[in-house]
Amino acid sequence: MSDQLLTSLAIFTLAILVGFEVISKVPATLHTPLMSGANSIHGIVLVGAMIIASEADNPLSYLLAFIAMVFGSMNVVGGYVVTDRMLQMFRKKPTAPKATTEGADGAPGA
Amino acid sequence: MSQQWIYTVVYLAWLAGASCFVLGLHRMNSPATGRSGNQLSAAGMVIAVGATLVYLISREGGLSGTALVIIVVGFLIGGGAGLYTARTVKMTAMPQLVSLFNAVGGGAAALVAIDDFIRLNSGAPVDTTIFVVLGALIGSVTFSGSLIAGGKLQGLIPGKPIYVPGGQLVTIGLAIIAVLGTVALVAGAAGALSLGSTATIGLLAIVVLAGLIFGVTMVLPIGGADMPVVISLLNSFTGTAAAMAGFVLGNPVLIIAGALVGASGAILTKLMADAMNRSIMNIMVGGFGGGDEAAGATAGVGGAVREIGADDVAIQLAYASSVIIVPGYGLAVAQAQHAVRELAELLESRGVDVKYAIHPVAGRMPGHMNVLLAEANVPYPQLKEMDEINPEFDRCDVALVIGANDVTNPAARRPGSPVSGMPILDVDHAKSIVVIKRSMGKGYAGIDNELYSDPKTGMLFADAKDGLAALTAAVKAL
Repeated sequence: MSDQLLTSLAIFTLAILVGFEVISKVPATLHTPLMSGANSIHGIVLVGAMIIASEADNPLSYLLAFIAMVFGSMNVVGGYVVTDRMLQMFRKKPTAPKATTEGADGAPGA
Repeated sequence: MSQQWIYTVVYLAWLAGASCFVLGLHRMNSPATGRSGNQLSAAGMVIAVGATLVYLISREGGLSGTALVIIVVGFLIGGGAGLYTARTVKMTAMPQLVSLFNAVGGGAAALVAIDDFIRLNSGAPVDTTIFVVLGALIGSVTFSGSLIAGGKLQGLIPGKPIYVPGGQLVTIGLAIIAVLGTVALVAGAAGALSLGSTATIGLLAIVVLAGLIFGVTMVLPIGGADMPVVISLLNSFTGTAAAMAGFVLGNPVLIIAGALVGASGAILTKLMADAMNRSIMNIMVGGFGGGDEAAGATAGVGGAVREIGADDVAIQLAYASSVIIVPGYGLAVAQAQHAVRELAELLESRGVDVKYAIHPVAGRMPGHMNVLLAEANVPYPQLKEMDEINPEFDRCDVALVIGANDVTNPAARRPGSPVSGMPILDVDHAKSIVVIKRSMGKGYAGIDNELYSDPKTGMLFADAKDGLAALTAAVKAL
């Protein structure tokens, strides 16, 4: 195996261990936002899509790269925005504002 | 500037991005820092993507016009679609949106791997071939599997387990085909098997196809109640697929981020399965939730249930000193989060101590109920987790169960029931119990709830939102 591969394997192993440590400390109430947050992080595959787009030189490759770009971007942008929406709700409210439903959240008022 | 110099800077930026992911996830430990953690993680993404763009442009040969158009247009379309859906989705439908984002992420990872394989065409060394085929296979499974899981949550596909005759055999057969195909491709790369380039591509197509169908047949027989666990598992798969793509491209940020998500998804999956007292194997193999065979265990519950009117409940609540609200998915479906908060605030203004008991799997995912209640401005400190609230039921005057079912079923304490061993909220310990429910319909486990026939229990048959509105009006009138 090449040096680069061995180094990559070391990085991979350490990152897995870090993942176990970071996650195991999260309280259950935050599991859904956490899953969503982790979901946006694997949108990093967008970087891979950009690299294959730059190396594409035939119609099939162009097509594959384009679909990968669309998919990856959707994963990244949507993932972060929806996670932010979830976490935004955990703010401690300073004073209890009369909660009128804002249209943006789509929940009809009581 | 020399190429090497730029690459060094880009590489360091990738590492910085990866560090942001780790630190961001760490900050999601607590509700107070969670949001900034997610923003840090997003900043890491911007750094990583920006650095990649600089790298591609500055590289020898630069970025062709076509490639630039693909990148920019693809980003605008995908990002726009993601932004729009993420901002407009109702919070109750959020789990299926996460599943959809997971599907496209897995799809992207598979496409990156496939494209790389086609380019290297027969010239790939053994190690690269292994990573490419694994990335393509895992990505395909998560793509189709997540779409089915999301479809089940959205109701596009029935949530009930769907059994195809011989389905298990088909699933196993597909797994064997995928494994054999992978072995053949690796053998081909090692020179042990001589494959033409057409045969190689054909084999990869077979592996990918087997993966796509495998994702479908794997998720279809699993009941809707287990979908969160499945989505979490697929989330972990996507991370792994992204890491595989990282190995192929020799890209550190892909490897680190992918491994991070792979590990986090695995832990989260185990935690969710534990909360339901089900092993992951058990979930993957057996259908649970809305099944027909679940009946036998609890006999003779059909017995007397006591119906109670909104006015009676209002009096009970208003003159109680402590009330515990047990929200379930029925509350979320009826969009009654705001109605429940109004009632709770009204009771508090009358000096009643109000708390919310949150079962780990209330809603559709662990923590989903917290999100829904937080959306309705319910103060976070009032939300109590199961272990914390269970002793308090003994001292509580009224337990108000709204659209929750299986998580309150005392049958779980005895062996021999489909819910046996599942941790439950000790609602039956309360002095008096009121259940707001639309009908005597069964929960996901498909069994009767013994709580409903408890002499202490009064049933208020109503839609969660209408029932709560009626209660609020009745309390105000007192």
